[in-house]
Amino acid sequence: MQLGVYSFGSLARRADGGVVSSAQAMRNLVEAIRLADEVGLEYFGIGEHHTEPMPASAAAVVLAGAATVTKRIRLGSSVTVLSTEDPVRVYQQFATVDALSNGRAEITAGRGSSIESFPLFGFDLHDYDRLYAEKLDLLLTIDRGNPVNWKGTVRTDLVDAVVVPRPDSGHVPIWLGTGGNPQSSLRAGQLGLPISYGIIGGVPAKFAPLADLYRRAAAASEAPATQVRVSVGTPGFVGEQGESARDLWWNEWHHTMSELGRLRGFAPPSRTSYDRDTAPGGALFVGSPDEISDRIIELHSHLGHMRHFLQMDFGTIPQRDFLRSIELLGTEVKPRLEAALGVEPEVVTS
Amino acid sequence: MSHSFTIGIFGAGKVGTALARLGIAAGNSVLVSGSPRHTHTQMLLDVVAPGAVEAGSAEVMVRASDLVIIAVPFAKSDEIDYGLFTGTIVVDAMNYWPAVDGVVADIERAELGNSEFIAMRNPRGRWVKSLNHLGYQELAEAAAEGTRGRLAIGLAGDDGDAKAVVSAWLDDIGFDPVDVGALADGRRLETGGAIFGRSLSRGEFALSLGLVES
Repeated sequence: MQLGVYSFGSLARRADGGVVSSAQAMRNLVEAIRLADEVGLEYFGIGEHHTEPMPASAAAVVLAGAATVTKRIRLGSSVTVLSTEDPVRVYQQFATVDALSNGRAEITAGRGSSIESFPLFGFDLHDYDRLYAEKLDLLLTIDRGNPVNWKGTVRTDLVDAVVVPRPDSGHVPIWLGTGGNPQSSLRAGQLGLPISYGIIGGVPAKFAPLADLYRRAAAASEAPATQVRVSVGTPGFVGEQGESARDLWWNEWHHTMSELGRLRGFAPPSRTSYDRDTAPGGALFVGSPDEISDRIIELHSHLGHMRHFLQMDFGTIPQRDFLRSIELLGTEVKPRLEAALGVEPEVVTS
Repeated sequence: MSHSFTIGIFGAGKVGTALARLGIAAGNSVLVSGSPRHTHTQMLLDVVAPGAVEAGSAEVMVRASDLVIIAVPFAKSDEIDYGLFTGTIVVDAMNYWPAVDGVVADIERAELGNSEFIAMRNPRGRWVKSLNHLGYQELAEAAAEGTRGRLAIGLAGDDGDAKAVVSAWLDDIGFDPVDVGALADGRRLETGGAIFGRSLSRGEFALSLGLVES
């Protein structure tokens, strides 16, 4: 089992009660990735959000900053909102991160759950499906190698185009990110792409039929075994003591979800629902190293995932607490998982 | 169970397949009409909602069903052939969600509830608004009658007989139905309302909306 972290960026609370600037938030992310590498975590993902509380809008640039100060950790997007991106540019950026990190870059393409990027980059939301399907196809075409030939409707055709730099391994791993729509699991399997589930509520074990659907669709399309991989991202936070970790994180979670609820018309989470969601079986992996490793092992028995990564920096959680959680994930949770599940072998994509 | 329902579901996404599972568990015959853009819908159903059957066509599904449910994203609501719904009991489970779907100018101008707006596509459909106010994960927590903590589901519509059928079916699949009134009253079930997204018992639900339970 690989372990990791993902973030959309956050404005950490300072000792004086204020919060850091969005520029400092970017430097905080590089610091967090560096620590994650030092404590042996295998993955760090940067999301793509365009809001003041979550300002990590340019994942590849943050990852490039981290690439030259880290050694082993894999650096990915979680997710790249592909519908409003230029796949050529996305590939160039992540191939550059791959070069600077000596082959540690990954792309997770997804739809994202917010629509800020549509007006920001001048796209029409009503073209959503067409944009996503065509751009995913183009991204995969580019990864197959130069010269690139592609026809579609969302941009001009590419004829014998050259997209550089090229990754030394030949490929940048491309995952499909999904929040649980069965069609996405089917699509990832049919395309022979590894799949990354973002599970932010409910009962994660109930994703088991989706992972099953994904594997069946991949088998039906004769996808190579190395490509058939499941990863899971959930909210989570690790503290020395379970109770105090849950208390500390509750304010951050409540704040973020209340803001989101205000925008989307749902009620703020109650402490009762939080207590249920942070208990075994729930989607919020908040607790002590023992609790979190037990819960990941339990979920693994349902989903068979090879990577689990946590979004820790909700609200305005202080950087010190964020870093401590990363440290505990590497130094305390990881050895427990390795003892239980063994070390995940490095996969070389072909 | 006095009657075994045949239900038809538009949409094989999160909500559609969650409802398909509940229908199958309750002994319903479940037909599903997936998006015209998608293939292999039966393979999908066999894994995530075993027992549900992909409908040969939307028309076949509507004809065969006691009630149909629209469980596609609101942004995809134009893909439905509303002409099929004349005389049919139709449950609108969609939510107009500007933060996710973008602003639809026609709705903002009309100042109608989402389901009133959708019902205008075929006024001869027997429209009931329901199942929109809980997420698909909460819907999975349906429970047998008399179970402690059984969840309430609101319904609204202008056709009393249609509502009676939908109520019986909701009870069948594991919810306590609460009639909130006419289709226009269904606005109270929409995003931003007092009960939206909340797992509530029948009593809590009625209290939150200020309804007097008979």
